[in-house]
Amino acid sequence: MLKIYNDGNRITAAISGDLDHHAAREIRTELDDIIARSRPELLILDLGEVGFMDSSGIGLILGRSRSVKAAGGELLIKNARREIAEVIRISGLGSLIAMQNVG
Amino acid sequence: MKKIMINECKVRFRAISRNESFSRSTAAAFAMQCDPTASEIAEIKTAVSEAVTNAIVHGYRDSAGDVEMIMRLYEDSTLYIQIRDRGAGIGDVHAAMQPMFTTAPADEERSGLGFTVMESFMDKVRVRSAEGRGTTVTLEKKIGGKSGAR
Ligand SMILES: Nc1ncnc2c1ncn2[C@@H]1O[C@H](COP(=O)(O)OP(=O)(O)OP(=O)(O)O)[C@@H](O)[C@H]1O
Ligand SMILES: [Mg+2]
Repeated sequence: MLKIYNDGNRITAAISGDLDHHAAREIRTELDDIIARSRPELLILDLGEVGFMDSSGIGLILGRSRSVKAAGGELLIKNARREIAEVIRISGLGSLIAMQNVG
Repeated sequence: MKKIMINECKVRFRAISRNESFSRSTAAAFAMQCDPTASEIAEIKTAVSEAVTNAIVHGYRDSAGDVEMIMRLYEDSTLYIQIRDRGAGIGDVHAAMQPMFTTAPADEERSGLGFTVMESFMDKVRVRSAEGRGTTVTLEKKIGGKSGAR
């Protein structure tokens, strides 16, 4: 599930539940809609309520990083439980995308 | 000495994405029998999810079918999970297992990290595959073993 908090140039998208291949498709469409409509300077993906994530989540994050940049903004990943931070660490995403309170 | 098997369970399910969560919950329930830590459960679920997603996304890209998951538990707390599809198969398994290798079209946003994740979270990952016949991935992990901070 996705909750959106919009304060002007900054949008926070809080994802909850499992972030797998099945869930990623819908979340991706919703996020790209928001990015295209609002062109945020900063998109914050809050993973605090994500209970499970695999490489499909990594693909989703990388893809949104691209779409936000194409719209002139930046992506920030915020909050991740230990297990999810571990998947992020393995992927090497940390050197490509800004992170806060991850791992 | 021959290892003593204490449980074996086979499940077969339709290769559709909504069954990805079913497969990893099932594997987690099976693994509970050997008293794993929360991190071990998370690692098993993630590795299973990678293999099952691969079967659905790549194996059955151009066809429909079932995924078979066989789980075995031995007395020494070694867990084996075999995930099999009868789909497309992999031509070059060694190449496919390299980090960032993917054959998926760019719009699917795959990053070629599934096997890397499986190998990080399990003790052993074996892949048998034949083009046009399908793929079997065997995941092995000793519970309370290497990462046994409990
Ligand atoms: N069950 C399978 N059937 C056919 N091909 C497979 C199967 N599993 C893996 N492959 C092949 O191996 C490649 C690498 O798999 P891996 O899981 O590492 O990455 P990916 O699935 O492409 O991306 P990601 O898992 O990061 O989303 C795949 O792109 C595919 O070509
Ligand atoms: Mg994969």
